[in-house]
Amino acid sequence: MSNTNKLSILTKGFLKENAVFVMLLGMCPALGTTTSAVNGMGMGLATMFVLVMSNIVVSLIKNLIPDKVRIPSYIVIIATFVTIVDLSMHAYIPSLYKALGLFIPLIVVNCVVLGRAEAFASKNNVLDSILDGLGMGLGFTLALVILGGVREILGSGSIFGIDLHIFPGDGMLVFVLAPGAFIALGYIIAITNKINKKFQKA
Amino acid sequence: MATKMKSTILSMSLVLLVIASLSSGLLAYVYSLTKDAIDLANKQKKIEALTQVMPEFYNSPIDEAYKIASDGDSLNCYLGKDANGEVIGIAIETYTDKAFSGKFTVMVGLQPDGVIYNTIMLEHQETPGLGDKAEKNKSDWSNQYNGKNPSTNNIAVTKDGGEIDGITAATISSRAYSDAVQRAYNAYMNEVKPNLGL
Repeated sequence: MSNTNKLSILTKGFLKENAVFVMLLGMCPALGTTTSAVNGMGMGLATMFVLVMSNIVVSLIKNLIPDKVRIPSYIVIIATFVTIVDLSMHAYIPSLYKALGLFIPLIVVNCVVLGRAEAFASKNNVLDSILDGLGMGLGFTLALVILGGVREILGSGSIFGIDLHIFPGDGMLVFVLAPGAFIALGYIIAITNKINKKFQKA
Repeated sequence: MATKMKSTILSMSLVLLVIASLSSGLLAYVYSLTKDAIDLANKQKKIEALTQVMPEFYNSPIDEAYKIASDGDSLNCYLGKDANGEVIGIAIETYTDKAFSGKFTVMVGLQPDGVIYNTIMLEHQETPGLGDKAEKNKSDWSNQYNGKNPSTNNIAVTKDGGEIDGITAATISSRAYSDAVQRAYNAYMNEVKPNLGL
């Protein structure tokens, strides 16, 4: 495979096939954890770790797994890495664990992770699968940070916990709550579509 | 490239067996690696909460913790002692199930005479931006309880005729906080104070 191809495997997850904004996968953590940019980033990075590790393992043993039991096998592999993240985060980053704790176990059922194992890692070699996991994971993280950032700016008037002093009061509360997540997501998807259309024309 | 494994009963069960055993082995290993750190993190969190709700103590309240009865349930009680072994503060890990979502836990620190020294929210699932203002690092709302004695001060929210100004737009969370504090105070008066000989 040529180098441009490798690069496109890595970068396609950023915009063209962005898991959240284009493929609309992994909505539950994307909407649930993005009350602030930091939470979004933590969730994104945790998901990326699981994505890369499960992609590596799945592509290594893809020929050893009989077709009929591939989904349960992938789920067990993914669940293993999720539990590792859960335990290590609890042990070494307790403050982030406190904010995300509830959503970490849910990475198991994040369709982005299973989707990449099934659609990519089970058909490609290890190196490509790592690149794919990294690209998709970074794209997912980017999406969560943008969504979390927008909601934090509008909802609490701060970004990454730094007060911007743009609102006299507390900001628009609705953006911290669930409806704001959908509103913000809707607008960002519209913008992403616009950008992607422009790229296709060019 | 190696050919793909065929799906027979034997191969399917073998592969699943191997994957499951490998991952449980790996998880057992990671668990044993992180167990101490997790216990330490939990303990640290508790010590941090205790130092905030009691005057400076010289003993180790966590190792001397005990359970006290409260309305058919039990609460954890921690005693803070000064250098002479006198009890100078009592911390009670209390809870309420009247919260807006789920139940939340509060660490309530009392002086031996029953006056509230400080309270701190431990765990909760209240609405971000509204009910979570009961957290110390979000707003100083919960400082209103400090210095009040529930036997002479009514620590209900003003809407219920008490002295605590509820959190704007989060009356249920405020009520629940008062409920948790009251529960700790009642448990202290009924179960702890008589035994302290104060």
